[in-house]
Parts: sequence; C-alpha cells; structure tokens
Amino acid sequence: MSAALEVSDLRLAIGGVNVVDGIAFSVAPGEVMALVGESGCGKSLTAQALLRLLPRQVRQTGGRILLEGEDITALAERRLRQIRGRRISMIFQEPQAALDPLSPVGAQVREASGLASAAAREAVRRMLAEVGIADPDRRIDQYPFELSGGMCQRVMIASALISRPAVLVADEPTTALDVTIQAQILDLLRRLAAERGTAIVLITHDMGVVADIAERVAVMYAGRIAEIGPTAAVFSRPRHPYTALLLAAIPRLADEPKSRLAVIEGSVPQPSEYGAGCRFVGRCPFADARCNAEPPPLLETDEGHFSACWHTERLA
Amino acid sequence: MTGRFTPGIAAILGLLAIYVFVAVLAPWIVPHNPLRQILLLRLRPPLTYSPSAGWFLLGTDDVGRDLLSRVVDGARASLMVGALSVSVSLLSGTVFGLLAGWFRGWIAIVVMRIVDIVLSIPAILLAVLTVAVLGPSFANLILVLGLTRWPRYTRVAYAQTLQVATLPYIRAAEMAGAHAPRILLRHILPNIAGPLMVVATTEFGLMILFEAGLSFLGLGIQPPYPSWGSIMSEGQNYVASAWWMTVFPGICLFGVVLCVNLLGDWLRDRLDPRAQSR
Amino acid sequence: MLRHIAGRVGQAVVTTFGVLTLVFFLMRLSGDPTLLLVPQGASAHQIAILRHQLGFDRPLIVQYVAYLRQLLQGNLGTSLVQRMPVASILGSRIPYTIELAAGSLVVAVGIGIPAGVAMAVWRGSLVERSLAALVFAGQSMPTFWSGILMILLFGVVLGWLPTSGVAGLPSLIMPSIALGALSMASFARMTRIAVLDELSRDYVAAARARGLSLGAAVARHVARNAAIPVVTVAALEIGNLLAGAVIVETVFAWPGIGQLAIQAIAARDFLVVQAIVLFVSFVFIVMNLLADVVYAVIDPRIRLSS
Repeated sequence: MSAALEVSDLRLAIGGVNVVDGIAFSVAPGEVMALVGESGCGKSLTAQALLRLLPRQVRQTGGRILLEGEDITALAERRLRQIRGRRISMIFQEPQAALDPLSPVGAQVREASGLASAAAREAVRRMLAEVGIADPDRRIDQYPFELSGGMCQRVMIASALISRPAVLVADEPTTALDVTIQAQILDLLRRLAAERGTAIVLITHDMGVVADIAERVAVMYAGRIAEIGPTAAVFSRPRHPYTALLLAAIPRLADEPKSRLAVIEGSVPQPSEYGAGCRFVGRCPFADARCNAEPPPLLETDEGHFSACWHTERLA
Repeated sequence: MTGRFTPGIAAILGLLAIYVFVAVLAPWIVPHNPLRQILLLRLRPPLTYSPSAGWFLLGTDDVGRDLLSRVVDGARASLMVGALSVSVSLLSGTVFGLLAGWFRGWIAIVVMRIVDIVLSIPAILLAVLTVAVLGPSFANLILVLGLTRWPRYTRVAYAQTLQVATLPYIRAAEMAGAHAPRILLRHILPNIAGPLMVVATTEFGLMILFEAGLSFLGLGIQPPYPSWGSIMSEGQNYVASAWWMTVFPGICLFGVVLCVNLLGDWLRDRLDPRAQSR
Repeated sequence: MLRHIAGRVGQAVVTTFGVLTLVFFLMRLSGDPTLLLVPQGASAHQIAILRHQLGFDRPLIVQYVAYLRQLLQGNLGTSLVQRMPVASILGSRIPYTIELAAGSLVVAVGIGIPAGVAMAVWRGSLVERSLAALVFAGQSMPTFWSGILMILLFGVVLGWLPTSGVAGLPSLIMPSIALGALSMASFARMTRIAVLDELSRDYVAAARARGLSLGAAVARHVARNAAIPVVTVAALEIGNLLAGAVIVETVFAWPGIGQLAIQAIAARDFLVVQAIVLFVSFVFIVMNLLADVVYAVIDPRIRLSS
C-alpha cells in the first residue's frame, strides 16, 4: 500500500543552523506513527512543517513532503489552504487555547468542513457524536469555556477529521490532560485511525504514550532520527543508546517506591553546539573518537528497524 | 513598536541632549534679550538684518522681539515644566501605588478608587479648571500637572507591587524580620522601576504638550515670558502674514515630543516585562 | 451578566460621586469661591452680599450637601455673568462639540484601527515602519500646531477649506484631523498590541491548520478577541476628545463647550466651567460603563455567567 505521508531528507533551519537535519519517515493509511524526543529535538517544528505552517524565522532548506504522493513543499499558499484541513490536519497540545474563546465550538468544527450551513450543522453534530461527545445537540452551540479540557480536545479532533483528511498531525495531544482523560483520547485516536484509515503522526515526549498507541516510532535527538522501527521491536530491543536510556527512564509501577528515577545525564546540545559527529556523543556511554568525528548513518538492524549508531552491536 | 528598527537610539538621545543643553544654557546663548521689544522691527521674516540690532535669524514677533531668542528660552520653560511635573507625579504616584500594593485591603480599595476618580476627569480639563481657580503661575502649573497625573504611576506601581510582593524572596525577607519600608525600598522598588520609567518617559512628552497647550490657552507660562505654546498663540493671529511665529516653535515642540516618544518606545521594548514576551 | 453590569453601574455611581466631590473641593482651593464668581470690579460689599446669597458663608458640609442636592436634581446653577441657567448655555454648545468629537473619532478609528491591524499582520515589514512613523507623528503633534499649519496650508495658501467657524462638513475636516490625530495613535498602538497578542495564540494556528488564510483567521477570530482591549481605548479616547476640544475649538473658533470653557474662564464664569468639567467627566464615566456592557456582549464568558 502506498504511504499516506512520506517525508524524505527534511531540513529546517533557523538562522543558518539546521535544527531539523535530514529526517525521513513514512506513515501508511490507518497507521499511528510516533515522533518522540525531548523538548528542543525538532519534533514540533517537524509537525509544523508537515502543514507548511512554520514560524517565519524557520526556513525549509531541503527535503520533500509527499502527501498521498503529491509533493507539497513547492505548493503556493493558495493550494496549501485547500490541502490544510481537507487532506492533512492538526490537533494541539492545549485544546482550550486552540479554540477561539469567542466562537461556539460547533462553528469552529464547521469551519473545517467546507460545507454550507444547513448540511453542515448535521455533519458537525454527527462528527461530535463520533468523537464521543455526549449530547452533541447542546454542545454544538456551547463555547470552549463551558467544556472540559478533554471535551475540547474531542472537539479539536472532530474539527480535524470532519473533512476526512489522509493525515492527522497530533502535537502532544494529551500532555495537558488528566491521566484518565489521556487514555480516553488515545483510545479515540486509535479507533478513528483504524475506522477511517487516517494516518496519524503523533508528536510526544512520553514513551508511555508511544507504547500505548503507536505502531511505529521514530526517536528524534537534536534534529536527527536516532532510531526508527516498529514500536514493539524498539521497546523490546532498542538499537540506539539514547532509546535505551529513554526506556530505562520510564517509571514503572513495579519499581520500589524508594528506587531512584533513572535520568539521562547531561542535556540536549544547543544547535550552536552541534559537532561534526554524532550529536548524542556528549551523553553516550559508548562514545569514542569515531562518534566524535563522523555522524553515524541510519542503518537497518532488523527488518524495518533502523538505528543511527556506530555501536549498535553493543546493545544487541 | 519599531523594535530593532528604531532609527538609531543614539540619534534620539543626541537630539534630546541638544535640547537639554540649549534649555540649561538659554540665558547665555540667546542672541538677544527675549523680552526686549523693538517696535520698529515688528513681524520681520527670518534672516532679517538690522544695522543697529544685528541678525534676527528666525525673524521677529508681533512686538519686535527676536523669535530665536524666545524659542530658545521657551525650551527652558518646556523642559523645566516637563521635568518638574513628572518628578512630582512620579514620586507621589509611586508612593501611593507602593503603599496600596503592599498593604492591600481597604487602603488599596480607597487609593485605587481615588485613582479611578481622578482619571475620570480628562487631564486637560482638570488642569484647565485647577489653573483657572488657582490663577496661572509657574508653580501652579507644576502643581496642577503633577497632581492630575499621579494616578497613572499609581496604577502601574500598584499592579507591579502586587505581583512582586508575592514572590518568595520578598516573603522570605519579610519573615527574616525586615521592616516594610526597607523591603519596599530595597526589594520592591528596584523591581518595579522599569515599567515606571517607561510611563514617566511617555508622560514627560505629554506634560510638554500639556504645558504648551495650557500656555497656548493663556493658562500656562504668563506673558511676557516665552513658552512655545504662548508664542504660537500670539502667532496664530498673524498666521497669514508671519508664518515663522507658529512654524518654528512648533517644530521645536514636535521634535522634542517625538524624541521623547521614540525613547519611551525604545525603553518599553527593553524594560517592560509584558512587552518583552512579545 | 446582569450582576456583572450591576456591579459596574455601582462602581460608576461611586466614581461619579467622587468626581462631584473632587470638583467641589477644587472650586474651593483658592479659599473663597465667591471671588471666582463675581464680575470683575465688584466692591467688597457686593462680594459679601453675593457670598451670603450663594451660601458660601455656611459651613463646608452644608455647602457640600446643598451642592450635591442641586446637581442631583439636574440643576447646574445660574450663570452670574450671562444671567442664564448654566444648563441652557451648555445645551446650546454641546451639539457642536459632539459633532467635532464624532468627526475626530471617525478619523481616529478609521485610520488607527486598520493601521494597528496592518502593523501587527505585517510585523517587521516596510508597511509596519511607515505606519509606525505615522503613529509617532500623530502622538507627538500638538493639536494646536497641526491645526494652525492646516489653516495656513489649506485655508490661507490653497484656500480649499474654511479657516474657522462652522460652515457645514468642510469646516469640520481640519478640526477633526487635528483633534483625532492623537487618538488615532492610541487606537493604532492598542490595536497593534491586541492583534499581536491574539496572533500568537494557538487558536490562530488551529484555524490556519483548518485551511483558513491568515486574513480569514484575523477577520473571523482575531478581530473579535482583539476588540476587547480596543473597546477600552475607545471609551478612554472619547473622554480625551471631549477634553482636547478645549484647545482645538479655540484654534478653529468652533463654538462648542471647549471654546465655551476658555471664554467662561476669561469672563470668570466659573459655574459654567464647573458644569463643563462635570459634563465631560460624566460622559467619560458613562462611556466606560458602555465599554463594560460591550465586553459582556462580546465575551460569552461574561455574557453567560450567572
């Protein structure tokens, strides 16, 4: 099956420094793929690049973004407007901030539908019901402040999916929500992806969320992909020391209450500190001269599982 | 709002320095006595030369006084009124704002209500009424401008103090036994000085405009002493025949207020925490 | 919403009393208010009689109560100079000032708000810098100077517009521009900040992610959100326009309450001055109240609160 979204060699620069440096991945229809990494790794910029809604100081310096086979990197703003919301859409971290406080939520969902008023209301009502909003007839005319955070995120999902886009970009969609609501929203996203065949690119920093929902995961570090592969494989046999350390840092219920939370020593380098070699070199237990000199290529270690590390074998 | 595109803060400061320089040295640098009338040389245009009295670079006014000397002397009136009235209102407004923000409760309610009340009377009118009641004089002008504008500073000082006073280190200083006046002066005032400076700068420009406006109406600097406003008021009667009487003082007034406003904007971009987030 | 508005009405009433009280004491700052009211050249005996007639020899508190009672009945007193009720003197002038203020507001809003939006949307561009120059010029221009310059250029040199007085719409143009320039600057600044604030919010990004153009996002979502702070400026500026009329009406011989105030001061007709101050302040307070009502209508968070 052809990919809903295929990104190759994407490069994004701020003031001449590539903060996203040649990343590539693809997502199949109905698949959930997670882009995971610490803040500052470039995952949110990547999300914005997918909709071609980058902040003005960010320039795309290379790469292609194929949406259902069509390269959208070269499209004019007019064409992009027809694509956004119809073929690729986005939901945000803070659902209440992502809704205009002065418009009824139904009107904001309708805005994405491109339908005229009579048919639109019914379509919006059905969409609200589909994302699990009880009593959509009442909710449709309510304002964001009258809805809970979880409900607002459901509204955002409804507005993002009402035009049946091929791709949904979800930028930390559950980070601002309570844990129980978080699980409900993830369930909803997984169900809708499967039912509607929507490809979902999930941006997150939370390995727990990845394990919960994503079929595949790309681990980003300092603007590059460190490791990418099926979630189960990456979690059971991480092939990059960064992934391994991230996984070790997940607190588990089985842990002794007193046991220390594992943390990764050091911090993510600033774009100005990037060296010639591997960018994880400052925090990596295996770092040697080669790591400092030469960036490791992304190589397949198992089927569909790639890692960018000179010392993959030491993790086997 | 011009951000880093501000056409050279150095140029602005340089121009302002010239204004201050001229204002301070006015008595020594005026080419003529600004009050001396030469009735034979009334309403002469710029670049007039008289063998007996010398050059009149900007011409003369309706009673034959040297316009350049009057404009130079007017800078003195303008900047003095601006500086003194801003000092009065800055000082009193800040004290009220600090007290209201520190003690909160009924003191804050009363102070802020008074602020609302004073600000409900548009400043020019309040100034006009008060000067008219007290009679126009230099001291009354300062008093009136100072007393009508303090609430602007009180609002800022109050809001900032409320914010700063809840910061942990202020509470820590309080628990360590520091007295309120010491905390207010040593810890809170330095923290709120930036926004207050921004207000003071824009107010300085406004006070210069107010002084000129009141003098224009005959309620400010009293004749025969020159103020840019009063020169223009006299000049208005001769606008068709002696344009220089309104054009030159106007340029000086506009120039200084423009510089002050640009400076205020530059300061706002740097000192106002709310502006920095944008 | 009603409770919200009722609260604001209460505040406005308190503020109105405050203004009345402040003006009462201001009128007595010089010691003897009688001296403000007597025609020039009155003898000591005449002054004493007048002081008694006006009740200024009574205790202050009694005077204060009488003053409040009189004003609350809508009685502004009788001018001793013109021997006419102050209310009718004021009434004959107010329409002119309203006309001028309305003209200025058209200038201020019509230029200021679009300029502010443009400065925010095209931030950092040549558009912003040119408009910023306009805003700074408006903010720094003394009204009487721009007034005189316009009279010189359009009235005297070109002869396009009447230089003073009231003669239909053409005579309104120059005073409206002179008076409106400062407010224009305030509107532009406030609008720019409000729109910039809103543009940085997620709902704008979300609207664009739905396929709206930046222009459509501004029109449909940003405009209303940014209107809330701008409405506050509008209320404030209407007060400033009425007050600024004192100078502009003098320059253009415009027969409104601003010119009246200066004439009344010259004629020592202080009851008229007092009435003008009270009138303008009252309008200002009512405008602020209206702004609060407008918020409540725009913002569902207030409108739907119980």
